[in-house]
Amino acid sequence: MTAPTTAPYDPVRAAEARSRAPRRQLRPGPVLAAAFLVLVCAAAAFPGLLAHAPDQVDPAAALRGPGAGHLFGTDELGRDVLARIVYGARPSLLVGAGSTLLAGLAGAAWGLLGALGGRMAGGAAMRAADVLLAFPAILMALLVVAVIGPGTRNAVLAITVALAPGFARVVRVQALVVRGSPYVRAAVNLGLPPVRILTRHIVPNVVAPLLVLATVNVGTAIIAGASLSFLGLGPQPPDPEWGAMLAQARDYLDASWTLALFPGAAITLTVMSATVAGRALQARYEGRDAA
Amino acid sequence: MSGPLAEVAGLSVEFPTRRGVVRAVRDAGFALHAGECLAVVGESGSGKSVTARTLLGLAGPGARVRADTLSFEGRDLRALTPREWRRLRGRRIGYVLQDALTSLDPLRRVGDEVAEPLEVHGLATGDDLDDQVVALLAEAGVPDPETRFLQYPHELSGGLRQRALIASAIAARPSLLIADEPTTALDVTVQAQVLDLLDARRRDGTAVLLISHDLAVVARMADRVTIMYGGLVVEEGPAADLLSSPAHPYAADLLAAVPDLDGPVREPRAVRPAPASPSGCPYASRCGLADDRCRGELPPPVPYGPGRTVRCFHPGEDAPRPTARPAVPDVAPDVVPVRASTVASERAVVSVRGIAKRFRSPGGSWRRAVDGVSFELRAGEALGLVGESGSGKSTTARIVLAEIAPDAGEVLLDGEAWSGVRERERRPRRSRIQLVDQDPLSSFDPRFTVERVVGEGLPRGLTGARRRERVAALLGEVGLGPEILDRLPARLSGGQRQRVAIARALAPGPEVIVCDEPVSALDVTVQAQILALLARLRRESGVSLLFISHDVGVVRQVCDRVAVMKDGSLVEIGGVAAVLGAPRAPYTRALLAAVPRLHAGRRAAVPAPAMDLKGPT
Repeated sequence: MTAPTTAPYDPVRAAEARSRAPRRQLRPGPVLAAAFLVLVCAAAAFPGLLAHAPDQVDPAAALRGPGAGHLFGTDELGRDVLARIVYGARPSLLVGAGSTLLAGLAGAAWGLLGALGGRMAGGAAMRAADVLLAFPAILMALLVVAVIGPGTRNAVLAITVALAPGFARVVRVQALVVRGSPYVRAAVNLGLPPVRILTRHIVPNVVAPLLVLATVNVGTAIIAGASLSFLGLGPQPPDPEWGAMLAQARDYLDASWTLALFPGAAITLTVMSATVAGRALQARYEGRDAA
Repeated sequence: MSGPLAEVAGLSVEFPTRRGVVRAVRDAGFALHAGECLAVVGESGSGKSVTARTLLGLAGPGARVRADTLSFEGRDLRALTPREWRRLRGRRIGYVLQDALTSLDPLRRVGDEVAEPLEVHGLATGDDLDDQVVALLAEAGVPDPETRFLQYPHELSGGLRQRALIASAIAARPSLLIADEPTTALDVTVQAQVLDLLDARRRDGTAVLLISHDLAVVARMADRVTIMYGGLVVEEGPAADLLSSPAHPYAADLLAAVPDLDGPVREPRAVRPAPASPSGCPYASRCGLADDRCRGELPPPVPYGPGRTVRCFHPGEDAPRPTARPAVPDVAPDVVPVRASTVASERAVVSVRGIAKRFRSPGGSWRRAVDGVSFELRAGEALGLVGESGSGKSTTARIVLAEIAPDAGEVLLDGEAWSGVRERERRPRRSRIQLVDQDPLSSFDPRFTVERVVGEGLPRGLTGARRRERVAALLGEVGLGPEILDRLPARLSGGQRQRVAIARALAPGPEVIVCDEPVSALDVTVQAQILALLARLRRESGVSLLFISHDVGVVRQVCDRVAVMKDGSLVEIGGVAAVLGAPRAPYTRALLAAVPRLHAGRRAAVPAPAMDLKGPT
């Protein structure tokens, strides 16, 4: 779980900084990260365009290393690893992005309740978040899967439950900052009804930084998803999935070490790219240079 | 000493940025003798602080400094190595900054902070060091120095922190003390004490370079004055002479913009707002005397009377504006007595009856912020609320705005209950009472354009083009053009932002506007514009103002009546002329005595009011 390390986001200072900051030149890191993410997304959306037949078994060509016919080599059943990586992008990404999205939505509602729900409801919501956060994210996800069973959808739900309390905390702090801000004070003095203040001022100013946090969190979610798959609790075989591929490759490390290399690299690069791109987005949004 | 202690000539400081070179200081120069106080005056961005920091070798990262002469104690500062600079700073030149809370290390005890220059420069060690530090704190007017010695900055009040900072700056007995806005964040009575302290150093032979935007402070402290505008020294001369008869149009406008406690009360006069001219005289775009020559050609500095120079083609000429403040009330066309034109009725719009409010302090004890305050705000009047920080002004404002409920007492709006009713009942009436506060930018949703900010105060039925038209009309009322409708407030200047805030407050057509320190963050010329705007709006729309300020001069200029607060209570209330002219409460008298005045000249040692020396213990 990526703990938010930044101080409560201050929209006014950020707006000032944005207006001051000269147009930044593009830096190579975020650009490369974005390019790789585009590639992964393309693979997830149109796997058929980039590779074909992830399930074609060819025992004669089993456990080949990278070569001309199979760029990334083949697995124990002679299936093309490149094709399986490409087709594996969808479930991997689905688990990562889907659970982040759900966790963001749930966490936003949760955090707003925590900030604006008064002493009873708000306090209860945040104590519940504290309890859930006491468990490491992956343990929490394992616990949920143990209860509701394995599978892609359940993995998404499990990771959502694991990530949502973190989002809730960030949203709560941000909502408290916004609620105490002079512009909400001004809106109250103009006589705007509370619902309007919530929808026009509080939610937009809370959600904008949340989007950035979510991007950074996608990486964490992908790792959590891959970990569940690795343990056989995510998408079920024969569907290709990076974490599951890594788990299978473990049995054949002696015969073909590249079998573990490529799914591992896919996970690592995707998570890194998501994190780098997220940080760049965050820096841009907060009006400072990426650290 | 024969020659000047510090001499600067032909100084220019440039900052290369991605958008081109910013020329922060151009061809500046001055000479400063021992025991003399030179004040550098100008608005934000005029280059005054950069000029002073150059003397410390701290012009800033990437700064390109050039000078014909840059000497101190006979040494050429241009040739100093970083190591030599460090030996100079704190040892020969002391530096006092504006904000003592951020300038003091929060994790270090006050005594260690003051001891540092002595240690670094090897001037004292061991027990001797502690004794010296205690003596320094005592000298800086810190009461009970043995206790303060061991405290941390957050345990001290603002005035005490500033004194500790001065103690640290004078620790090594520097021959030059640079004070950059040393009293800007302080209450007037504390300000008076800090200024006395600086003045005492000057009398002991230390040269003081005072950076300030406050001409009244300058009038009190300075022997000589340098006025900067757009990076240029536009006028320079002996303080008394220059301040009584400014030669440069900017100096004259600046002086005319200062709300003073003496002289006739005048309608605040707006100075034309304009960015500095790119070519020629930088003030040409705002100057009433500017002609084609001014716009095309930079005027050279020319002598103007004994010891004075001015950088103007029309020095001392009378523009269509008042220069010096007349000694007797005259009838110049723009001198409109405010109160004659505004007839405040006797009907109370807001009645505050015996309100009290307590807050729990971090220690757990209760602090009375407001205690039994009663007053009436009458229809069409401007009521000033003055007092020092912590006197309960802002808490009173928040109770009047019904942002917080009083513990006791009540507030009536138009004779109907306003405090103590349910928010749901109050909400439809909230449009009647509006707020303009000190920091307009933070009171705008950072995602909103000017149109949306102002439009939010309009009735919700109004939409589309009609709404936009109405917002543009409101902007027109506060002197802004429709071209800023789609801009983000963060991209506006401070004065423009405050105008937008006023336009938003006007949008629902209120009967009362609560102004909480509306001009205290603005440059004095911009401040004059905003005050003029508020005065005009009041005359035209008959809106009542509850005007909260720590600046008695501003209140005098804007208000009909004034209420003085201290420690949560009203000590005096009445007509401005009566209260400020013949104060009855001892506190009001002390407060007024502490206010520096533009035309009082430099005062000899003023007996500092003995009040407010307390700090948390």
